[in-house]
Amino acid sequence: MLSRYARRKLADVVVRSACVIATLIALVPLISVLYYVTVRGIGGINVEFFTELPKPVGESGGGMGNALVGTLKLVFLACAFGIPPGVLAGVYLAEFGESRFGRLVRFSADVMSGVPSITVGIFVYSLVVLQAKHFSAFAGGVALAVLMLPTVTRTTEELLKLVPESLREAALGLGVPKWRATLRVMLRTAAPGIATGVMLAVARVAGETAPLLFTAFSNPFWSSGLNEPTASLPMNIYNYAVSPYEEWHRQAWAAALVLLLLVLLLNISARLLVRSRVGAR
Amino acid sequence: MSVSHDISPLIRPRSKILTRFGREVNWGDFIFRRLTALLAALLIAALVAITVAMVRGSAESLAKFGLGFVTAHVWDPVRDVYGALPFIYGTIASSLLALCFAVPISLGVAIFLSELAPAWLRDPVGFLVELLAAVPSVVYGLWGIFVLAPWLRDTVEPLLARTLGFLPLFQGQQRGFGMLAGGIILAIMVTPTISSVSREVLRAVPSSLREGALGLGATPWESVRIAVLPYARSGLIGATILGLGRALGETMAITMVIGNRSEISASLFAPSYTMASVIANEFSEATGSLYLSALAEIGLLLFVVTVLLNIVARLLVWRVGNQPLGGSL
Amino acid sequence: MSVGSQSKISRPNHRRGSAGDDKSRWDEVSVSALVPKMRTEDLHAYFGQTEVLKGISLQIAEKQVTAVIGPSGCGKSTFVRCLNRMHEVVPGARATGQVLLDKQDIYQGDVDAVRVRRRVGMVFQKPNPFPTMSIRDNVLAGLRLNGERPDDPDAVVEKMLQRVALWDEVKDILGRAGTGLSGGQQQRLCIARSLALEPEVLLMDEPCSALDPIATARVEELIHELRKSYTIVIVTHNMQQAARVANFTAFFYLGKLIEHDRTDVIFTRPKEPRTEDYITGRFG
Repeated sequence: MLSRYARRKLADVVVRSACVIATLIALVPLISVLYYVTVRGIGGINVEFFTELPKPVGESGGGMGNALVGTLKLVFLACAFGIPPGVLAGVYLAEFGESRFGRLVRFSADVMSGVPSITVGIFVYSLVVLQAKHFSAFAGGVALAVLMLPTVTRTTEELLKLVPESLREAALGLGVPKWRATLRVMLRTAAPGIATGVMLAVARVAGETAPLLFTAFSNPFWSSGLNEPTASLPMNIYNYAVSPYEEWHRQAWAAALVLLLLVLLLNISARLLVRSRVGAR
Repeated sequence: MSVSHDISPLIRPRSKILTRFGREVNWGDFIFRRLTALLAALLIAALVAITVAMVRGSAESLAKFGLGFVTAHVWDPVRDVYGALPFIYGTIASSLLALCFAVPISLGVAIFLSELAPAWLRDPVGFLVELLAAVPSVVYGLWGIFVLAPWLRDTVEPLLARTLGFLPLFQGQQRGFGMLAGGIILAIMVTPTISSVSREVLRAVPSSLREGALGLGATPWESVRIAVLPYARSGLIGATILGLGRALGETMAITMVIGNRSEISASLFAPSYTMASVIANEFSEATGSLYLSALAEIGLLLFVVTVLLNIVARLLVWRVGNQPLGGSL
Repeated sequence: MSVGSQSKISRPNHRRGSAGDDKSRWDEVSVSALVPKMRTEDLHAYFGQTEVLKGISLQIAEKQVTAVIGPSGCGKSTFVRCLNRMHEVVPGARATGQVLLDKQDIYQGDVDAVRVRRRVGMVFQKPNPFPTMSIRDNVLAGLRLNGERPDDPDAVVEKMLQRVALWDEVKDILGRAGTGLSGGQQQRLCIARSLALEPEVLLMDEPCSALDPIATARVEELIHELRKSYTIVIVTHNMQQAARVANFTAFFYLGKLIEHDRTDVIFTRPKEPRTEDYITGRFG
């Protein structure tokens, strides 16, 4: 029979081990996903993949050039529509946000960041697609921008608030008007941190599929301009994965590899950006 | 060479417009404040617009089926009869199952990272756990179809059927695709959320509480159990609810592994159908305004529930940082 | 309290402090030096409901150094910040009364605070060079942020850095970040930045309190040089510093101006008992 103390020690060891095991279990799916995507995807990566259009079922070969371009288009639109309003809204919250209006804005941003992305898809569908009577990359970009907006706003606000007031004072003391001091000194100082937050938001949005289901939809051909439906990497992965064709499965893995690399690259660069700034101080 | 001295007069007449409409002295400040306010208002407008769009889209279905929509279990587009019960069941069941897996694991991760891990291990492991959140949903779905489901079908489900098959939970045909796969994949996806929020919550606990317990001779686990967890309890519950909200709204990964059959079954091996999945699968092909409206109403339900959960969760998490030190020992 | 006599007075070289022997501390005080560059009339300052300055009427002599001393909380920083309308930057802060720059009230309704600050520059307690800018860009920051493009920026940079005796130390590292310098160098950089706008008055709010003694001595030397071209008001909690650098000293206590006179008068034969108590260390 263990002494009371020994039992307590044992409990401590057991729980600590359980926590370690829990952490390992949590990481297993990550490793598994990374492994399979790499192993099964690498075979499908070739020049064709990046440049060609999909071939009809039954024919081998073909690629996802249009999906790649499509994803780039959608990300670009999302940034164009989501970043400027988001950053300026964040500036408002940091500078003038201690009011009822400011609290309401913050509340809306927080709520919106928890809304299911498919709901945003339905919203943009009713707002844009129904009016235009067709799917479009534009609609897809708007949906992704709506997803990005709350994150960019809150990130900008938090980072601006971290900039020391002494810098604002220095600028004001030089006879600079308030608005210029905010934009060209405070915002500029916070810019690297905001860029990090934006990169993470872009990484999330690049991989989204649900909001594209009813907005950008898909397109087996190259989509010209912004007003046509467009293929995208996430949509193609989905469509190909649930299809019954072996060849398409192979391509889905390859697309997943490309998408994963893109997303991981953005994530890791964002963290490195933070670390290099902190280290240089 | 000297800089041109600013000899402009100190007086700068204020435009009447500026004086009338605001307190700013120059146009730059005036426009700056109002422009940024306008864009900030965009966030409120977007939230309101989403709500309005969802309600308007569901109007027809709301009128036709009323509250019975939630309890009716027949979903028949051919006969234009719609009931959301199977999807509500599928969503709630898969999410709760996910929480059963995710909460203990996330708590373990959070405690490990904030209390037990050596300093050099914290950042790398924390980073890896956050990478779990970076993987796109559709990639998890792909992995779920070709790796997880076959593994469940060939290894896990037979094992469960052999050992625990007397429970209705583990009976029925083993396909790999179904509630169990859905629960597992959702668990993977919400673990980073719950664990990172829990980490923040644990970090917000004043170290004096921890140290007090250790000073009395408690083991590290005991100090966590006695001093930290009770104080952080509401925050941890908030983290769980945030995870629940995330699980409810998840679409792609779960659609790809849950089987998409609207039946309500007690078995974990059986396929199911979630609210997000039915919208994803049927929205673009829905014909007829009632069909679309019914799908929109499902979207509205999803929206309302996730928003409410989000608000409750935030209140709970916020409370931890603002509690008096008495806690609830 | 008015400034002292108006006749020419010459005084012997006094040596106080450690900053160089061969500099005379007390120049000839002539009539023209007593023309006030700035003047306050019944200046009251508030933070919300709290009155921090209670009716200050003080003259700041042109091209002289005026020190403002007093115990913590006496309102000296607030006073100086009223001189360039920085006081109102804090939410809820306001001021009443008049502050005259060359006979023009800067608190009058239509005056633009931004333009005031071009003519009345400020150096802060903690050096605050802009971290995202190089040394060179910091010097030019005041001009650039106001949209001005000097014809020869390099000449401006060199001239300003020479003026603050920083040129030789940084001329090879102008591209380095402004925050990469020592505390004393950063403060001199901030002074150069303010001077680049060619202000007429330079306000210094405890500029040396964050610096080590050697850096402090160099800044004090600098003040002595700058006095030839600029009117300087310096807030200091260090009485010895006031004695070293200032021609005139104003003693504040609990928001009121107690005494203002030539520095040697304040420190050797003050007229007010509270002044004497303060300088002999009985409080503060």
